[in-house]
Amino acid sequence: MNPLLQSILSAEFGFAIFRVMTPLLFAAIGVSISNLAGTINISMEGTMLVSAFVGVIVSAFTNSLILALLAGVASGVAMGAILSYFHLQLKANVILAAIALNIFATGITVFLLFIASGDKGSSSSLRSLLFPEVHIPLIRSIPVLGTIVSGHNIMTYGAFLAVFVFYIITFKTPLGLRIRAVGQSPDAAESVGINVNRTRMWALMLSGFFGAFGGLYLSMGYVSWFARDMTAGRGWIAIAAATLGGYMPLGTFLASLLFGAVNALAIYLASLQIPSELITLIPYAATVIALTIYSAQALKKRTRKVGEARRVGKITDIKEIEESS
Amino acid sequence: MEKFLLKYFTLIRVIIAIIIGIVISVFLIYLVSEEPAFSLRSFLLGPFLTRSRLAHVFETASPIIFCGLAIAVAFQAKQFNVGAEGSLYLGAVVATAFGVSTNMPAFIHIPLVLLVGGLAGAAWSFIPGILKARWNASELVSSLMLNYVAFFLGLYLINFHFRDKEAGFLVSYQLPETAWLPQFIPDTRIHYGIILAIVAAVLVYYFMYHTTTGYEIRCTGFNERFARFGGINVFKVIILCQVILGFLSGFGGTTEIMGIHRRFVWQSSPGYGWDGVIVAIIGRNHPLLIIPAAFFLSYMRVGGRVLNLMSDVPAEMITVIQSIIILLITAEAFLSQWKYRITLRQAELGGAA
Repeated sequence: MNPLLQSILSAEFGFAIFRVMTPLLFAAIGVSISNLAGTINISMEGTMLVSAFVGVIVSAFTNSLILALLAGVASGVAMGAILSYFHLQLKANVILAAIALNIFATGITVFLLFIASGDKGSSSSLRSLLFPEVHIPLIRSIPVLGTIVSGHNIMTYGAFLAVFVFYIITFKTPLGLRIRAVGQSPDAAESVGINVNRTRMWALMLSGFFGAFGGLYLSMGYVSWFARDMTAGRGWIAIAAATLGGYMPLGTFLASLLFGAVNALAIYLASLQIPSELITLIPYAATVIALTIYSAQALKKRTRKVGEARRVGKITDIKEIEESS
Repeated sequence: MEKFLLKYFTLIRVIIAIIIGIVISVFLIYLVSEEPAFSLRSFLLGPFLTRSRLAHVFETASPIIFCGLAIAVAFQAKQFNVGAEGSLYLGAVVATAFGVSTNMPAFIHIPLVLLVGGLAGAAWSFIPGILKARWNASELVSSLMLNYVAFFLGLYLINFHFRDKEAGFLVSYQLPETAWLPQFIPDTRIHYGIILAIVAAVLVYYFMYHTTTGYEIRCTGFNERFARFGGINVFKVIILCQVILGFLSGFGGTTEIMGIHRRFVWQSSPGYGWDGVIVAIIGRNHPLLIIPAAFFLSYMRVGGRVLNLMSDVPAEMITVIQSIIILLITAEAFLSQWKYRITLRQAELGGAA
């Protein structure tokens, strides 16, 4: 059998998919939750970068995993809070403000890294702690399944849990109801007494909360150091994944799984005689293609809806449908 | 005085944002530097102190002007395409490839190589344009992804097809002298790129504010639905503004290669595309304001480099300051209370008179 095919069909490949998927999934959940409230959070790249950095620094200086986790998550929430302050209070365009935050994150992490370690490239001189790996009893001894499912970093299991938490927040709590209401029609939500800005603020902070875990996993699980710009576009791929998943828990999970598989595939392809530059660009190109296919489908569905509505003579305003879909 | 404040309110707001940024940088320098006074001097005055540094401000400004113009055209149509970086990179790669493999007299070679760079950038930027116009795929995400693709694709082309194996590091063959953009001030590397950039700014200004197509682009950005009802071909506008974006950034990247390096040298993305985004925001998407904004940014970049060389403060401080400045500029409500009070007072005065 073809050696490449053989390695792809192996259980290790399944393991790699989950490993690569973890940061994407956290970030995609973050993007989804802010999008449900009607404010797109494209500062995920920066949020992950900041919390990846804070996690490493705090763990290196305090030697405490719990403190690192708390500080990393707090920094992610803070990024969400800053974005919401500028967007909601100071009326900045949410895209431009998020671009500024991403630039801020690139700068501040390298700036502080240099001050903390004297190095601008990576934090290899600092000893960072790692989140532990979990070997699930019983399941670990099942042949194929055990290899794929057991032995992951605790954050990977956390990512699965996060999908569930995302579901609970969105569909089972008053906040989730408000978030969805505000996202669908801010005016209607306002008219029944929901504070639109406050709801969006919560959504953006939750978004930073989930993104932070993705960042922490990158620097304290996936690898054990912080490197400049180590997110390498994952925050953007997460936006594509969230879009693809329709901002819903299961959809976001499946889309992240897809992108995880593509990324893992690229890692495996690296063993072939193809220039590494061409392999590295695969996930990014695949993201563009997937995004386009999804958008085309969504557009088709919408035009069909408009067509039907026109025929029945029910709705004449396209805006109404655009906003409901 | 108050009338003056009101009239130039946006400009004053930008200047206040910049001042706040600089104050923060002073604060940061005092926080981290062992010799704050010296570091501060390197940062703020450094770019003016030697001839080569001052020249550097001009050299760096030209690709930034091109990218700023590029981004501004797309942003005016509310197309958040941030693909200037990718178009600049790939445009420069393709132009280099074309330049090293052709031979002709300088008066055609120079414009032709520039044109190839621009067209390659335009072709690259056409992708997010058509994906948005035809299938409504977010140009923000796709242009960003394409930046990465352009970078690796360009690196591959240089590494495997145009690499100068005698150079010792990853650079392309040298361009033939007929494809060099002349440097016109002795002892500096200031080349005709800066003049081309300023000409481009004037042309883009004319295009955006004095032609029908320019009006259509601005109108689409102002209100897409209104533009559609008004009979503007929004499909065309969405693609066109992104193609222009790609052309300008590809062209700008090529001038830098032809004027300064004379061979392709970027092993990592040079970041001018992102500077373009910053400059477009500072210049409020106005083609002529892009020029001073680019010079300001270029001054800060050079200041940062001096800081990095001469003191113990890392150059990344500049990135932090830039982001704070653009955050304040994009915040519409920043200082709006102040404006409101002045307007109110003016109105009362007017009523009394």
